[in-house]
Amino acid sequence: MPIYFALTSVSALLAVGVYAIVDRRNPDVSRNVYRICIALCGILFVAAVMPRGASVLSATLPFGLPWIGVHLRIDVLSAFFLAVVNLGGAAASAYAIGYGAHEKEPMRVLPFYPAFLAGMNMVVLADDAFSFLVAWEFMSLASWALVLTHHHDAENRRAGFVYLLMASFGGFALLMAFGVLGGIEGAYDFASIRESTKEGWKTGLVLALALVGMGSKAGLAPLHIWLPLAHPAAPSHVSALMSGVMTKVAVYGFIRVVFDLLGPPAFWWSVEPMSFGAVSALIGVLFATIQSDLKKLLAYSTIENIGIIFIALGLALAFKADGLALPAALAFTAALFHVFNHSLFKSLLFFGAGAVLGGSGERNIERLGGLIHSMPKTAFLFLGGCVAISALPPLNGFVSEWMVFQAILLSPSLPQWTVKLLVPAVGVALALSAALGAGCYIRAYGVAFLGRPRSEAARTAKDPDRWSLGSMTALLTLCLLAGLLPSLVIDTISPAARDFVGGRMPTQAELSWLSIAPIAESRSSYNGLLVFVFILFSAYSARWVIHKFGSARSRRAPAWDCGYIETSPATQYTGSSFAQPIRRTLGVIAFSVKERLDMPAPGDMRPARLSIDIKDRIFDYLYAPLTRAVETCASSLNILSLLTIQEYLALVFGALVFLLVLVAI
Amino acid sequence: MSFLFDLVAQGAQMLLALALSPLLIGLVRKLKARLLRRKGPPIIQPWLDLIRLLRKEVVLAENASWLYRSAPYLIFAMTWVAASLTPTFATGLMFSWSADLIAIIALLGGARFFLALAGMDIGTSFGGIGSSREAMFGSLAEPATIMIVFTVSFVAGTTQLSEIAAYMAGNLELRASVGMALVALLIVAIAENGRVPVDNPATHLELTMVHEAMVLEYSGRYLALIELASALKLLLYISLIACVFFPVGLARHDAGLQAMAIGLGAYVLKLVIGGGLLALFETSTAKMRVFRVPDFLGAGLMLGLLATLLVFVTRSL
Repeated sequence: MPIYFALTSVSALLAVGVYAIVDRRNPDVSRNVYRICIALCGILFVAAVMPRGASVLSATLPFGLPWIGVHLRIDVLSAFFLAVVNLGGAAASAYAIGYGAHEKEPMRVLPFYPAFLAGMNMVVLADDAFSFLVAWEFMSLASWALVLTHHHDAENRRAGFVYLLMASFGGFALLMAFGVLGGIEGAYDFASIRESTKEGWKTGLVLALALVGMGSKAGLAPLHIWLPLAHPAAPSHVSALMSGVMTKVAVYGFIRVVFDLLGPPAFWWSVEPMSFGAVSALIGVLFATIQSDLKKLLAYSTIENIGIIFIALGLALAFKADGLALPAALAFTAALFHVFNHSLFKSLLFFGAGAVLGGSGERNIERLGGLIHSMPKTAFLFLGGCVAISALPPLNGFVSEWMVFQAILLSPSLPQWTVKLLVPAVGVALALSAALGAGCYIRAYGVAFLGRPRSEAARTAKDPDRWSLGSMTALLTLCLLAGLLPSLVIDTISPAARDFVGGRMPTQAELSWLSIAPIAESRSSYNGLLVFVFILFSAYSARWVIHKFGSARSRRAPAWDCGYIETSPATQYTGSSFAQPIRRTLGVIAFSVKERLDMPAPGDMRPARLSIDIKDRIFDYLYAPLTRAVETCASSLNILSLLTIQEYLALVFGALVFLLVLVAI
Repeated sequence: MSFLFDLVAQGAQMLLALALSPLLIGLVRKLKARLLRRKGPPIIQPWLDLIRLLRKEVVLAENASWLYRSAPYLIFAMTWVAASLTPTFATGLMFSWSADLIAIIALLGGARFFLALAGMDIGTSFGGIGSSREAMFGSLAEPATIMIVFTVSFVAGTTQLSEIAAYMAGNLELRASVGMALVALLIVAIAENGRVPVDNPATHLELTMVHEAMVLEYSGRYLALIELASALKLLLYISLIACVFFPVGLARHDAGLQAMAIGLGAYVLKLVIGGGLLALFETSTAKMRVFRVPDFLGAGLMLGLLATLLVFVTRSL
């Protein structure tokens, strides 16, 4: 029975947290905790992918709310996300066996890390609103504690505060969403919510609340502000989990509520996810392009990818609402495929950033450079991650983006004008973010890993240990396999599409040469394996011909550089100079850049200075007024704490009368 | 037997692209020289240059990494694969289904990715200039291309290049959206190939160069591969424009040898016309400032978007 199996493993994860506290004097505790976590995540992964006789497994446990109990369920969707969560969890734990050994205060990580994993698993397993929310908050709090690992740094404390604020805001929105769904009778288990009838206003409200609640966790703009603060603050394996896996749990929550609990969709449901997705994709990638903190850059890039996933989900909703089962299945499968892909390469990239941080003590790419010589293995693995996330064939990122494009190409069959005009705009946003994403990773990799070292730390950096490298290698291998054999992944996801959008893509395994064709081969097809073989064949045959008939000799000499003799590595292009063209062309609209040049007059000996001032409009125009408003309200309500006893009594009496009147009406 | 014939036809297309692309460059150079009333080098000259470079020893900068040494092979391979999957003289060749138009664009994106990285590997300021500008041009040109792909695929109902060409050949009619897409594609093609007015392939004037700045440190066989890759890219764009917008004379893969011979003749003629128009255009315009290029590419992007919207609107009326 996989479900009890899974439940036992989740409880065991919680027990590991307790073990870490009990055994804290043991010098091997960190190693033991992560080893057990790998084993438990492995078991959970197997439980998720194990063939299930009946497609839905469920169980009810006799605790929680007295009239509901705790409902648990594994269907195709939760099984898929269970697999994603635990694959990421196992990879992060394996990475952490080496990485966690450097942790100065292991007790700030070890008890919370297994708890965080358990929380994410429980969210996916939950089948009633109460246990879903408890697991959700548990996941948020455990990750909050992990963000505060290095709490001596004021910046990290601020990150923790913003994260907690956004998490509680999102949790509050979800509480209301489930409240509306469950109704006054309190039928909070998902089975009764599914069967209940929903009026028009209810669905609109729940959709908006779900988008806010899940979006704030997933990093959907404009609720994304905590990601770039919290991800750099947490230890790297935790950032990988938060970015690669926890955001996917939020995507799961959105799918569960909107595709499952809310019942058959109307076409206008698709407008919100698609537009917010497009905005997130653009904002994410533009901010990622100008960051110089490697982990911040990766966090913004997560926002971009979440945007892509929400665009695909919005498309799936639109198609589903109009009864176009096949395109809906394509868009939905593309979304889940991208969920899987992003969890792989984002974890890989965060591990790489962690390796750079561990090897050189530096997160700022402006002080790195030349790491390809000092950390050759990490450099290779990180390059693989960059190629995958930049959606270049033949790796996996390309396949899922290709499928989203194919889904967009099917949109003229939608009858509604709103959606019809929205989709091309979304398509431009998607194309722009894909292209800018590639530029962003050229910059990140080129500045940090290529060129000459800009600091002593970069010159003497070292590759991490075997565990970390092994975990990264495993992830890159999976990226390559998913890119070469996408038909296997698609066929695995298809049953979920059948259950949640009412259609499925044609079975891809039946096509010849392992290629994929979402609709029909005459319409579009792609074969990653063949493209990969062609590239290898062309490259190697070119090499063979040249070495055989041309020359294979080479000689080392100083760089030519048009005859300039430059000695300092500071003459290289930096990250900010690389981003300058994009800052100039797109920056004015996106993030209100101001460049100021302070040029001293001739004869004046002080140095010239160029200062660049970048402002986040969302922060300035949305969050700053909001915090001001809250502060004004709070300080004006402060009067209430200074009343006399008579005034308090009057206040209580007034409130009582008001509530009684409300109940009477 | 037909399997063997298909394989031979596909192989012929690969080798044809490889053999013709330096000649195309030679032709454009020759025509440009004639337009300026110079005599110009012979058309075969780029091939001779390539052979000379292939025989030479490579001089590597001291801190060149493995990435710098493998990038030319990858760039060449990705561009060559993309060029061989674009229909030249016939459609529906053996492996034409293994990558559709979006995948071909992405393959070129991959070549750009590695070229830009190679430019940054030595750690000189010129490499950085080139890579940074290339990244910016790419991030505007690629979405414009995707918009063109959208337009053409909406019209033809497929993203497979062979099917698009077959549809366009079967439904000859004037469409405003397709016209806009053509103009947008021309803009993108000029920018992507680094031709005047975006970049000047003949100059080494530091402040204006983009492509040349990235490959400044390359020499010998590596330089030959990169030059060949950029020649292939030019050929690819002309083939793409020819097969989508002017699919005259394209043979089907099962049409027999005679049709293929006609297709080949038509293709060479299209290349000559394309090269001639390019030479004419290049001699009659001046290079623009680097910071004007985003406007130029932005026009391409907007045209592509307008074309897409137009198709969306007219499709449903």
